[in-house]
Amino acid sequence: MKFGLMVSEGPYTHQASDTAFKFAAAALEKGHQIDRIFFYHDGVNNATRLTEPPQDDRHIVNRWSALAEQHGIDLVVCVAAALRRGIKDEILPKGFRISGLGQLVETGIQSDRLVVFGD
Amino acid sequence: MLHIVNKSPFERNALESCLRFGRDGSAVLLIEDGVYAATRGNAVELKIREAMGRLKVYALQPDLEARGMQDAVIDGVNLVDYGGFVDLVAEHKAAQSWL
Amino acid sequence: MNESAGGVDLQEETSGTVKKFMFVNRKAPYGTVYALEGLEVVLISAAFDQDVSMVFIDDGVYELVKGQNTKAIGMKNFSPTYRALEGYDIEKLYVDEESLAARGLTTEKLLVPVEVLNTAQMAELMDQQDVVISF
Repeated sequence: MKFGLMVSEGPYTHQASDTAFKFAAAALEKGHQIDRIFFYHDGVNNATRLTEPPQDDRHIVNRWSALAEQHGIDLVVCVAAALRRGIKDEILPKGFRISGLGQLVETGIQSDRLVVFGD
Repeated sequence: MLHIVNKSPFERNALESCLRFGRDGSAVLLIEDGVYAATRGNAVELKIREAMGRLKVYALQPDLEARGMQDAVIDGVNLVDYGGFVDLVAEHKAAQSWL
Repeated sequence: MNESAGGVDLQEETSGTVKKFMFVNRKAPYGTVYALEGLEVVLISAAFDQDVSMVFIDDGVYELVKGQNTKAIGMKNFSPTYRALEGYDIEKLYVDEESLAARGLTTEKLLVPVEVLNTAQMAELMDQQDVVISF
């Protein structure tokens, strides 16, 4: 089955991106496909390579990049939401790209299920 | 429909609204702070027990364990891991997150 | 509100598919950004020719209150945009009767025409959806 995910909160403050990651990993392990994860609202804060958590904490940003690379997932950050919050091309981590909200609607159309992770 | 609630019932009305709109036979999955609603001995227990008469109630075990609530789960609440979460989404036509 | 839809080439791949999309608004405006950014998604969705519904439940009904004036808080008053939805062929606006009543509101106090649904009607509408996006 094809899943699309939307992440609406930033890392570390809310559990949303942790839950979304665990969900994504479990879905892939079960043989499902994840075409795209769309980051919206404060979720765009998942997409900065300036993130530096302490050594004993999970690295939420790098974890997304690794998952995307391993499974060919399209990590899309909403342009309007990103620019508002200072997320720009020059600080995007590996595997992320900035695009329009149309990508979210398109994911809703093309995937079998869309799941929203937020606050 | 799979309804997903991630808020403590003591903090917000997400669960209350979800239960109001959840049709008979649909499923409710409690995750994150929503799992407190799956536990016994509190002011919300009766509400969940009533809902369990017409809805299937699930709770995400990793979130219960993280919060130290794994031994307080109401009988009849189905515990799932992340794989079970995925299965629930796949089994239902759509998932609605009560943010 | 003038963002391009993005991925226009890919949009062709979605032509012909019409899904029932429901956008669920349960939060008040200004205190958090969800109402505004939610509205932006709804406007973009109009370009994809889907069967779009917008529902207003709980504090989401406050988004539609007439007479919003944001001058003194220094934020953009985006409430006129709800009136523009019709021009985008987004015409299915549903308001939860109980949420409205609980807040002492009536449809006369709202800035756009809406259809008021009782709990059973709203529940049925939700059940019919293919994609539910909540803000």
